[in-house]
Amino acid sequence: MSTSQAVLRVDNLVAEIATPRGLLRVVDGVSFSVDAGRTLGIVGESGSGKSMTCLSLLNLLPAHARIAAGAVWFGGEDLTKKSPRAMRQLRGRRIGMIVQDPMNSLNPLYRIGTQIGEVFKYHHRVFSSRERWRRALAVMERVRIPAAASRIGNYPHQFSGGMRQRIAAAINIACQPELLIADEPTTALDVTIRLQILQLLRDIQSERNTALMLITHDLPLVARFCDEVAVMYAGRIVEQGPVEQVFGAPAHPYTRGLVDAMPRISRRSSRLVTIPGQPPAAGEYDIGCRFAPRCVHATDLCRSRYPELTAFADGTRQVACWYPRQESV
Amino acid sequence: MKRMEPIERMDPAALIEVRNLTKHYPIKRHWLARPVNLAALAGVSFSLEAGGTFGLVGESGSGKSTVAKIIIGAEQASSGEVEIGGHAFGARPSATAQAWRRRTLQPVLQDPYGSLNPHMKVGRIIDEPLRIQHALPSHEYRARVAQLLEKVGLSAAYADRLPHELSGGQRQRVAIARALALEPAILVLDEPVSALDVSVQAQVLNLLKDLQAESGLTYLLISHDLAVVAYMSTRIGVLYLGQFMELGSRDAVIEQPAHPYTQALLAASEPQSPAALSGVALEGEIPSPLDPPAGCPFHPRCPQAQARCIESKPLLRQIGADHWAACHFSATHLS
Repeated sequence: MSTSQAVLRVDNLVAEIATPRGLLRVVDGVSFSVDAGRTLGIVGESGSGKSMTCLSLLNLLPAHARIAAGAVWFGGEDLTKKSPRAMRQLRGRRIGMIVQDPMNSLNPLYRIGTQIGEVFKYHHRVFSSRERWRRALAVMERVRIPAAASRIGNYPHQFSGGMRQRIAAAINIACQPELLIADEPTTALDVTIRLQILQLLRDIQSERNTALMLITHDLPLVARFCDEVAVMYAGRIVEQGPVEQVFGAPAHPYTRGLVDAMPRISRRSSRLVTIPGQPPAAGEYDIGCRFAPRCVHATDLCRSRYPELTAFADGTRQVACWYPRQESV
Repeated sequence: MKRMEPIERMDPAALIEVRNLTKHYPIKRHWLARPVNLAALAGVSFSLEAGGTFGLVGESGSGKSTVAKIIIGAEQASSGEVEIGGHAFGARPSATAQAWRRRTLQPVLQDPYGSLNPHMKVGRIIDEPLRIQHALPSHEYRARVAQLLEKVGLSAAYADRLPHELSGGQRQRVAIARALALEPAILVLDEPVSALDVSVQAQVLNLLKDLQAESGLTYLLISHDLAVVAYMSTRIGVLYLGQFMELGSRDAVIEQPAHPYTQALLAASEPQSPAALSGVALEGEIPSPLDPPAGCPFHPRCPQAQARCIESKPLLRQIGADHWAACHFSATHLS
């Protein structure tokens, strides 16, 4: 991984939410980078801070949350220092986003063709509505929406979930972003449709050498689709590196627990291995390793000091554990 | 007519037996239009032995939840028969049969946020079935609730909490405790873990397996996740557009999948499987049940479809000891 071609570099990002009980650090010192043409998966369970990380990158944090520290480097600039207006210019044009169900991000009152066409109006200054319609049709065909010519005048509710996700992809193709952030893009879809959408994302990526970030709790998806993965737990990255190494021979006990907890068709077992207990509530952490209360290997050291993310012995990845597991099983 | 004693059945060991179940919903495309029939279920038959788990897999729109609703009694079948523990649930089930079903069969639903009353304490949620059914003298409720909570792996202190104070996994445990309150024989599990995180999902699946081993419960498990179904089930049925594409024992369906749809589902669910690596991704989406394709319902998406598949609809036929498939080209492996 050379940093010279990194499209996005996040340095020690800290995000806080104001609550009646005080400030909660939901993202606590997260660093990673995504290179052009590569795919980074961010996995974690609910409350791990993965979605807040992604919202921080885009300056889209809710009103009661803020970036407390850190930098987000994109195109030579620190995004955390940019004005809302400048960010609006950037989002959509250079950074694209795909969300879980685009039903919420598409306007139900406008025809699909109009909504895709807006991208050309605002980002490419195409002012002829006929020309915008023509270009919208072209991208709809590009994402293989069947009978696009007859469906371009339809409204969002007339499309299935998979088709709406294709439309979201079409909008992103129209923008031609350098970085595409997909937050749970396939969670609401059926398994056979998931593969289609992923294939589509991959096509978009290879066409323009886009850097892709995939935020999800779906481990098989990451295993199949990503080059690198960052595993988040309680606001921090606990393990980070190439997917084959991280999932093939997890060094952090949490990653290992996640991999083992997946029911697998090919592995016939009478019981699933589970991680005991619950993840901590967001922001409510002890001084030690945040996974220690659920970890079978935890010692006094784990409970008293947080292990920083350090290079692991195999040289490919970083692990935040005092006793990382060396060998694969 | 009341029928209390078990009647003659096809499979003497079966606790649940479903024959030729169909369900049509009349749909109006316009407010003035003549209603057309949407066939949510087009002839579904299966049986399940006591203590087993029947896994129903399918994509959205396949009709899997309709089967669950009919078995629970929340929907009436358009035709066909449902028999549970010797009680017939036809068009007009007897009051005795209905009362029996209410005590013997309990649902656990997908969304533990929506299925628990936010104003009721956990203890109250769990003892509600006891109060309604007058199953116990009221001074014993508290002890019974504690016992049930312990059974699902929560401490008795949870009885005084409200649902919003619990995590998703804990809520699903409460929902399971409520379902167990009347000591049912059958649980209908409709996507019981799909709203939960991976590590919590494994805990709940293990809990369900333990409870089954302990009390000999029979499960009807509905899920879109083939990995969950393969882990839990003894028998599996793969639904597509309201019909079984493949049906049989867990090992037959998972290890010798005979239908192209099952093979595609397996490939999509298991990224490391050889089929997935070959990159077989299904084209298209599940067709509208208002306008089902002629012939085999799967042919528009099937990589192996031929002219015959459009002309004639393959019927579910036996291809193994406990293995049926609805495909013209499935090889028989009867030993």
